[in-house]
Formats: sequence, C-alpha cells, structure tokens
Amino acid sequence: MSDFLQLIISGLSTGSIYALAAIGFTLLWQASQTINFAQGEFVMVPAFFILIGSRVLGLPFPIAIGFGLAVAVFTLGFVFKRLVIQPMLPHGHLPIVMATIALAILMRELVKEFYSAEAQTFPALFSEQTFDVFGAVISHQDIGNLAVSAVAIIALQLFLGRTRTGRSMQATAQNPGVAEILGVNVQRMVLYTFMINAALATLASVLISPIYLAKFSNGEPIGLVAFLAAIVGGFNQVRGALVGGLLIGVIDNLSAAYLSSEYRIAGPMILLIVIILLRPQGLLGTSEGRTV
Amino acid sequence: MKQLKILGLVAILAGLIIAPFTQATYGTYVLSSWLVFTVAAMGLNLTLGYAGQISLAQAAFMGIGAYSTALMTMAGLPWIASVVVGMGLCFVVGLILGYPALRVQNHFLAFVTLAFTTLAFLVMRNEEWLTGGIYGLVGVPRPSVAGLSLMDGTRYYFFTLGVFILASLSFWWLVNSPWGRAFKGLRENPIRANSLGVDTRLVTLLAFAIGAAYGGLSGALMAPLVQYIDPMSFTLIISLKILLMVVVGGSGYFFGPFLGAGLVIMLPEFLRFAEAYYLMIYAALVVFLMVVCPSGLLGLLSRGIAAIRSREPAERGDLKEGAQL
Repeated sequence: MSDFLQLIISGLSTGSIYALAAIGFTLLWQASQTINFAQGEFVMVPAFFILIGSRVLGLPFPIAIGFGLAVAVFTLGFVFKRLVIQPMLPHGHLPIVMATIALAILMRELVKEFYSAEAQTFPALFSEQTFDVFGAVISHQDIGNLAVSAVAIIALQLFLGRTRTGRSMQATAQNPGVAEILGVNVQRMVLYTFMINAALATLASVLISPIYLAKFSNGEPIGLVAFLAAIVGGFNQVRGALVGGLLIGVIDNLSAAYLSSEYRIAGPMILLIVIILLRPQGLLGTSEGRTV
Repeated sequence: MKQLKILGLVAILAGLIIAPFTQATYGTYVLSSWLVFTVAAMGLNLTLGYAGQISLAQAAFMGIGAYSTALMTMAGLPWIASVVVGMGLCFVVGLILGYPALRVQNHFLAFVTLAFTTLAFLVMRNEEWLTGGIYGLVGVPRPSVAGLSLMDGTRYYFFTLGVFILASLSFWWLVNSPWGRAFKGLRENPIRANSLGVDTRLVTLLAFAIGAAYGGLSGALMAPLVQYIDPMSFTLIISLKILLMVVVGGSGYFFGPFLGAGLVIMLPEFLRFAEAYYLMIYAALVVFLMVVCPSGLLGLLSRGIAAIRSREPAERGDLKEGAQL
C-alpha cells in the first residue's frame, strides 16, 4: 500500500511536468492548428541554453535560468513562429508535420554535435531529501515539482481568463476571423501563444532535467508523452492536457512497476488507442465541429 | 506530349536495366533498396496523397511483411507464399487500423498509427521466441525463380525491378480506375464525395488497407535483400523516412514517391563527405523545402510548368486548410 502511494505521488510529480509540455502543445494547436512534433525537443533544448549560460558564460545558476528562458522564448517562440510556421500555415497540416519532425532531428543533432553526446548533470531546484507519509517515501523534489507546475498552470489560467490579452488570445483560438473583426491583432496573439509555449517548455526542462539528466535524446520520449497527454485529456482544453499529463505520469509509473518493464510504454499507448476509439475528443474535451 | 512521356518512361526503364552493370556491388545494393522503399512509399502515397489519410505505420507494415517472409522462407516455404501471407496480414491489420480513420480527423490518425508502430516495435523486440528479439533473424534466403538462384546481387536487383514494375503498373491501374477517382474525391472533400454516392467508409478503409499491403510487399522484398532483419529497421523513424519520401517527392503525384525515395536514399551517399553533419544538413534541407515549397518537388515542377503556360496550378483541397490565418 505504501509502495502504491509512493508510485502515485512520484507519478503525479513527473505527470505535472508532462502536463506543462502538453499544455503548450494544445495551446499551439488551438492558436494556429500547429501540431508540433518537435515539442519534446522544445523541452530538451532549454536545459542546454541554461547549461551554456552557467558553464560557458559563467553566469550564476538563477541568472542562467533567466538567460535560458530568454533565449528559448526568442528562438523557440519568435523565430520558430515567424520563419518556420508562418510561411506554411496556408498549406494545411502536412508540411508543418514534416517540418517540425525535421526540426526535431535538427535540434537533436545540433545539441549532440556542438554541446555533447553525453548526459549532463543538471542542478536541482529542490533538495533530494525525503520524508515519510504513511510509510511512503516522498522526496522534496516530487512535492516541489508538483507545486511549481501547479503555480505555473494556475497563473496561465488566470492570464488567459482574466486579462484582456489573455481573452484576446482565447478569441483568436476560437475564431480568428471574428476576433480580427473585433479588433484583435490575431498575428500578435498567435505569436504570444508561441512564446508562452516556449516558456512552458523551459519550465518543464528545468524541472525534468535534474531527474532524467540533460541529454540530446531526451526529446523523443517527452514529446511522445506530451502528445499522449494532450490527446487523452482533450486537444482543445488546457485543463484536459493537465489531467492527461497527470494520468499518463501515474499510469506510466504503475505499468513500469506492476507490468513488465519491457512493455512499459505499451500501457500509455493502449490507453491512447482506446481513448481515440471511444472518446476522440479526449476525456475533458468538447468535440470540434467539422467544416464542410 | 504523350509520346514524349512514353519515351521518357522507356528511357528511365532502360536506364534502370543498364544501371547495375555500371555499378559495383554496393551501388547495386543502393539501387535495390531504392526500389524496395519506393514500393513502400507508393503505398503510403495511396493512403496519404490520394486518400488524404496520414499514416505513420508504414514501417510497421514493412516489418510485418519482412518478418513473415523471413520466418516462412527460413522454414523452407516458397517466397511467393510468404508474400501472399505478409501482404494479406498487412491488409487485414490495415483494415483494423483504418477503422479509427472513420471516426477521427487526420492528426488523430497520425497518433493512432504512431502508437501502432511503437507497439509493433515492442512486439518485435520482446517476443524473442518468434522474432529473435533485438538480435533479429539472420540468414534470410533469397528466392530462386525457375530454378535460377538469386543469391547474386545483380540478379536479385532484376527480380526486385520486376516486382517493382508489376507493383507500379497495378498502382497506375488503381489510381486511374473509378476507385482512384473516389480516393481523390475523398481527399478533396469527403462530405461532397459522400453526397455524390461514394461510400466513404469503404473507400477510406480500402485506401488504408491497400497502402498497408504495399508496405508488406516492400518488407517482403527487403528481408531477402539485406538477409538480416532486426526491430531497429522498422521503428518510427523509418516510418517518418517513408513519409518524408512521399512528401518531398510530392504527395498525390504518381511519380512523387519514386523521386522522393530516390532523394532520401541517395542523399546520404552524396552527403557522406559531411559525416557527422549529414543529418543536420538533411533536416535543415527538409525544413527549408517545406517552408519554400509545401507541395513537394513535383508540386514545384507543376507550378513552374503552369507559370510558364500562365495557367493557375490545380487547387488541392488538402493543402488549403488553415488558410484563415
């Protein structure tokens, strides 16, 4: 029983990090119908920006995080939107899918060649100390990750729901044509979405890198989990992606512990197929209308 | 114009027949693998380019074809029997996997097929009693035709070329039949196709299943070619590679996959001087191509021809979405 509790809590902790990546993923989808197959790499790369800041430029770690965040928001937000996605938007999904897949490979190779192919240790924000709750061993890191993700997601929700800019972004996501008529600068809102995605990815990167170490090949599993979380929760809902992320984190942990570790990834995959067959709009999603 | 096209085809065919005699063993091997991957890309072109359903499972279908061929021919059964079984299996799995396509939109199908590819890889890697696990299956025999052994690389190339031509001809027949027009109708506007009496459920399923069967055929050709198969040859990245062949060449164009497969297979050979940077250059090229020309090389070509003749290029329904931004 205590093992079970422990698995649940550490699952929730990693799940909350997955949720950050998944939320960014769904935001991009809502704002511009962009399926970002490089989302995992978007989480992998900021850790290296931060490492460059602290090891190459010699900045103190908190400032290096700020440096990494700025670089990520500029390159993965602004440049990605303007130079890669924008020219392809009038041409439908397929070119974007192909280009983001290629971009993922490009980012992986750049890190491997120009930084290192070895896994890099990454300083943790929280201590590794543990404490007991009903016999379950829980680390400060687990609780810290959960708390930071929760704060970020609540802040995002408040921003989207309570501020003028946030509501303009929502209007853009729901109906760009009408939003434009109402005086919303649609292009700018889409750009904001891309920058928020980059910031969420950086946060996820800071939280997950101490656990998995920073490595060029980390993007693939993280990206896969982000897709899964987004689909399981519902593509058009921020809270859907949150629930999806947490659920995937827990299921992944439980299937690794109780099923064979060889088939670990199969648990979430089967969940994905079942969800798409039975409830394609996701657990919390509302179904999207089809245009004729 | 038509005579010119036929002349061009004859020239290409003649080139393909002469090619192995100008090449060393390795060159012939590269040519053979181009033919093999073109067959897989052709199948995906049917699913994606003609019927508009995105699939990331083509490598898994190749795997199913390759493993059935390897297992059956190593057990002493004839190659042709293993092809029938492999393609049949792929067709059935394609039908089952195509079922979600009836319910959900394109991008979800991408994820269902992605999940399938991962599951298929897990089975190939973990079920050692059947597939040999990570070590794979070694010593797949090459078939012999009319008592003539194909162990020689050049002979096997001609065998592959023959199967390839058969596959291309049946593909040509298929896409120009009423079925092919129904596939295109489905891509351009599924609801309109439905209202015009096309059974969209059946056509979607068939597009998926036939595309999968081509994947199986490609796998059945691949196993004897490399004579050694392991799960790493059928991972998601290979599916992406086949998808890339279709998109780079020009999806929905008959010769798109031929050109795309050629580029994707040959480019690493040309970029060999770049060594470690090869993947980087390659990925950057793809991003660039997609940004500059989303309809692929043949799309670029037909746009160029249309511009010379000062005609509007044909509109494609699947490339118009998202235009509101």
